[in-house]
Amino acid sequence: MDNLLSIVTFLPLVAAVIMAVFLRGDDEAAQLNAKRLAFAATLATFLVSIFILVQFDPNDTGFQLVEQAEWLLGLQYKVGVDGISVLFVLLTTFLMPITIAACWGVTHRVKEYMIAMLVLETLMIGVFVALDLVLFYLFFEAGLIPMFLIIGIWGGKDRIYASFKFFLYTFLGSVLMLVAMVAMVVDAGTTDIEQLLAHQFSTGTISLLGWQIVGGMQTLLWLAFFASFAVKMPMWPVHTWLPDAHVQAPTAGSVVLAAILLKMGGYGFLRFSLPMFPVASDIFAPLVLWLSVIAIIYTSLVAMVQEDMKKLIAYSSVAHMGFVTMGIFAANQQGLDGAIFQMISHGFVSGALFLCVGVIYDRMHTREIDAYGGLVVRMPAYAAIFMLFTMANVGLPGTSGFVGEFLTLIGVFQVNTWIGVLAATGVILSAGYALWLYRRVVFGDLIKESLKSITDMDRREKAIFAPLVVMTLLLGVYPSLITDVIGPSVEALLTQYDLALSEFVPDTRFAAND
Amino acid sequence: METILLFAPLVGALVCGFTWRLIGEQAACVVATGLLFLSMLLSWVIFLGFDGETYTRTLFTWIESGTLFTDWSIRVDRLTAIMLIVITTVSALVHLYSFGYMAHDDNFREGESYRPRFFAYLSFFTFAMLMLVTADNLLQLFFGWEGVGVASYLLIGFYYRKPSAGSAAMKAFIVNRVGDFGFLLGIFALYWMADSIQFDVILAMGPDLMETTFPFLGYEVNAANTIAMLLFIGAMGKSAQLFLHTWLPDAMEGPTPVSALIHAATMVTAGVFLVCRMSPIMEYAPFATNFIIIIGAATAFFAATVGLVQNDIKRVIAYSTCSQLGYMFVAAGVGVYSVAMFHLFTHAFFKAMLFLGAGSVIHAMHHEQDMRNYGGLRKKIPYTYWAMMIGTLAITGVGIPTTYFGFAGFFSKDAVVESAYAFGGDLGSFAFWALIVAAVFTSFYSWRLMFLTFFGEARGNRHTHDHAHESPMTMLVPLGVLAIGAVFSGVVWYNSFFGKTDQVATFFGVEYEDTYAEGGDGEDHATEAEDSHGADHHYVFTSPPGEGAIHAAPDNDVLNEAHYVPLWVKFSPFVAMILGFVTALWFYILNPSIPGRLAQSQKPLYNFLLNKWYFDEAYDFLIVRPAQWLGRFLWKGGDGSVIDGGINGLAMGIIPFFTRTLSRAQSGYIFHYAFAMVLGIVVLITWATLSSGG
Repeated sequence: MDNLLSIVTFLPLVAAVIMAVFLRGDDEAAQLNAKRLAFAATLATFLVSIFILVQFDPNDTGFQLVEQAEWLLGLQYKVGVDGISVLFVLLTTFLMPITIAACWGVTHRVKEYMIAMLVLETLMIGVFVALDLVLFYLFFEAGLIPMFLIIGIWGGKDRIYASFKFFLYTFLGSVLMLVAMVAMVVDAGTTDIEQLLAHQFSTGTISLLGWQIVGGMQTLLWLAFFASFAVKMPMWPVHTWLPDAHVQAPTAGSVVLAAILLKMGGYGFLRFSLPMFPVASDIFAPLVLWLSVIAIIYTSLVAMVQEDMKKLIAYSSVAHMGFVTMGIFAANQQGLDGAIFQMISHGFVSGALFLCVGVIYDRMHTREIDAYGGLVVRMPAYAAIFMLFTMANVGLPGTSGFVGEFLTLIGVFQVNTWIGVLAATGVILSAGYALWLYRRVVFGDLIKESLKSITDMDRREKAIFAPLVVMTLLLGVYPSLITDVIGPSVEALLTQYDLALSEFVPDTRFAAND
Repeated sequence: METILLFAPLVGALVCGFTWRLIGEQAACVVATGLLFLSMLLSWVIFLGFDGETYTRTLFTWIESGTLFTDWSIRVDRLTAIMLIVITTVSALVHLYSFGYMAHDDNFREGESYRPRFFAYLSFFTFAMLMLVTADNLLQLFFGWEGVGVASYLLIGFYYRKPSAGSAAMKAFIVNRVGDFGFLLGIFALYWMADSIQFDVILAMGPDLMETTFPFLGYEVNAANTIAMLLFIGAMGKSAQLFLHTWLPDAMEGPTPVSALIHAATMVTAGVFLVCRMSPIMEYAPFATNFIIIIGAATAFFAATVGLVQNDIKRVIAYSTCSQLGYMFVAAGVGVYSVAMFHLFTHAFFKAMLFLGAGSVIHAMHHEQDMRNYGGLRKKIPYTYWAMMIGTLAITGVGIPTTYFGFAGFFSKDAVVESAYAFGGDLGSFAFWALIVAAVFTSFYSWRLMFLTFFGEARGNRHTHDHAHESPMTMLVPLGVLAIGAVFSGVVWYNSFFGKTDQVATFFGVEYEDTYAEGGDGEDHATEAEDSHGADHHYVFTSPPGEGAIHAAPDNDVLNEAHYVPLWVKFSPFVAMILGFVTALWFYILNPSIPGRLAQSQKPLYNFLLNKWYFDEAYDFLIVRPAQWLGRFLWKGGDGSVIDGGINGLAMGIIPFFTRTLSRAQSGYIFHYAFAMVLGIVVLITWATLSSGG
């Protein structure tokens, strides 16, 4: 199979087109057909994507399974994966069938919902496999449209405000990134990411409006990309769109948003910022590290006082993404391994936590923490699963949540002990907010009249959680499944990075003046 | 064999927790208990047949990243072997005991199955604890460390209907996390300095670390001291030492068998185990070990004072545990790790027995825990009474000084006290006197507990007293077995833990040498020595750091010195014990009106002790409330006003166009966005085509 990556990328889109063209009616049978078709398509995509992993050779640090073709207007279509991106593709294809299964209860405009989900899957996979700048930009930005629709049409009552906020944030970043991409194309004369990675962007100090810019063009490009990726992560202080978006999004939307969309920012840092602008990355690393550590402490404290379950988990997501950016800009093996691990683990764990909220939201139609209490009395299976993912969120060793947190912390500690110590307070704070949530929702006696007849999870719901439980524990006990795949590519990236830094001599012509 | 030993409890937990619906409640619990007894049997086989030679079995890789490498593995040396028998023996007996204790529970309603869950948690706890002691690297140790923390959390919160249980569980986990924060930083620093966290590598590096400094928070710090301090902060959390002790008394919300297993015999001693395990680094970190001595002695004293006035039978024993852990840390701090392990070992038996005995009393009294409502139970529950009596004799350290007659606690406690004295200097005297005063208090509150519970008139609910009944055999048998331990574990292993240096060295697999032949200072002691053995010899540990289960730096001669302390030092714990006993006898049997009057006349002091030195109130005021306030402030002020306010204002100012879009149809702006994006792509494409073409 020469076009394996293209098949995986576009299979969901094909299913979406089929659904749009052939599925008619909006009665119950048609709705069920739409759900079944979407589930089958995402499952098939996942099964095919396994072959990617089978064919992938972790010890080859270059791009693999590369496909290249002419496209319109002299542009090229180029996809491929390396150790850094391949697991994100798998993460996406793994989570989508689960997501589809989780929206089995939707009854409003089901066909459109499924189409939006399938299109979204194609675009998300596209981001991770694209090896051409134009292609990347297309997938990266277009992916937001189905997400807007999912929040805007199937969301809660303040969905307009939430998606508007989401839009404002991302728009600004996108404009800057676009300008930067144009500049890169002009400078390097190519849109091919593989060639761009080999291209050395100039680092000579430039003078702009009386400012001396150390790192020159790299610095400017880095900042432009940073504007976009930082919003996507999201990093403090541009994180405030996320809690609102999560609160308003339907359960499946939240799962995709937290589990996959947030990873695009981190992936962007790994694909563009670090390897293409190493000098600028090094200059800005302290800034990013401090922003990360602020995110961890700040959002953990904020999470502690939330009254809405989804908001609490959204804020905890921001804190966990803080560990990711911290690991990336620690720029050593443990930091990067940990950051990638944390992103993948967070995909399972935060996805599962939003599903946990979804389970009781479907029953009670409220996310208010105070509306619950004592669920363990009537929902023992739910209590057990929620406990597991709460512990994974807290970073308990033996769950996948621990590995990423530990590796990023041990990585950053060697770079800056202040950052290491402050970020490590996250292990206390996360226990605070997560266990307090659990205690208020699950523990205690069941005394609220409204909860007296609440039912435990049914078979479908348990089946949704099963794969997530398996992955969380498996990766916690045997993380080599991931580190073996990403390790060589990360090592190669770091070798290049350190080489570039060692060659960089700060231009002193201008500095001498002051 | 080690693998079976290690995984049997895990299998038990899984079978019991997940298949009880299939095989039945009773069968599930029996399976878990049976597997635990199997583990216990194997542990004793290993312990008794152990030759002191460290060996490791590797299972498979855990975390691997760059030079960081950790395995799942089983490392067995003398420290591990000691912990194995303590853990599995107490755990197996507690499993058995729970058949009786958990048979009926008013905290659950008719038809609710709670026993399989209880047994599964107990077995899971045991597994995590075994992982902790068999680790061959710090990370696996940390896995066990957190694993037991979760098991403890689940078991403290076992009576989930009680709000107090939920709070206590959460508090235990979070306070432990504060310790873990230090532990983790210790691991980071150690990895940075040693490029490894494998015991084989890092334990050999103690002397190097002493010579190394590294930049930490703006200071250039000594590596050995810093790492040892950070690791000890972890130990303080787990072992409930002063400042991080507040969770342990609250943990008594859990069922009593849990208190016996986790909060007395095993988990809380993990901190002591950690310090002993890291002895090759501790030995080269004088600042840290001095700190350990201070904290240990202060905790022993503090907890004993609070124990004097508590009325809840379990809380008295909880504070007693806290206090005894302080003793162990003092022993470790002065550099006599074998004695720390000795007290850990004997304490596990007699404290588990005291808790199980208390459980038996509580069981008899229909879950009444307030000692003011006990009294005169001696005749109602005679077996429990005798078991508690043996436990009390053991903890108060009854024995005849300078002979081999005494209960387990007598040997180990005296060994700790003598080691503290032998350490010398101001710090040694401080620790010595703190421990002696604590011993008076220990004796007082232990006898107070006995007198209030078993002697005098029956108080409180008449009906409850009339129906007080002796516990079933499943509960009495574990008490009997532990009683054997409480009586004999001291005398049997005295020489192995606290004999002459060569005996201890042999037991712990450490090489030793006789320096007497070289004209060492052994001669001075020879005249004082009353025991003929070793009189002509002066042995020292000679293994390099990392070899053997414990390590002593070349200048550490405390173990040897401890045998030559003045006679009055050897008798002082005995006097302390008598003093406490007589006072308790006077207060609670001869003249029972004294305690009330004393509490009246010393009201502030009484309240200070009763409220546990107001630690909880202080923490709530200083930490919990400010954190919540800060969270609220950052949320409403930071996120709400500043960030959203700023960004919205900025956006609205720059692009008023989009604010108008907001008021339009819901999907309007999406198309604008799509349009903007398409426009962007067009620009990009044009540029790309032009630049590549030209």
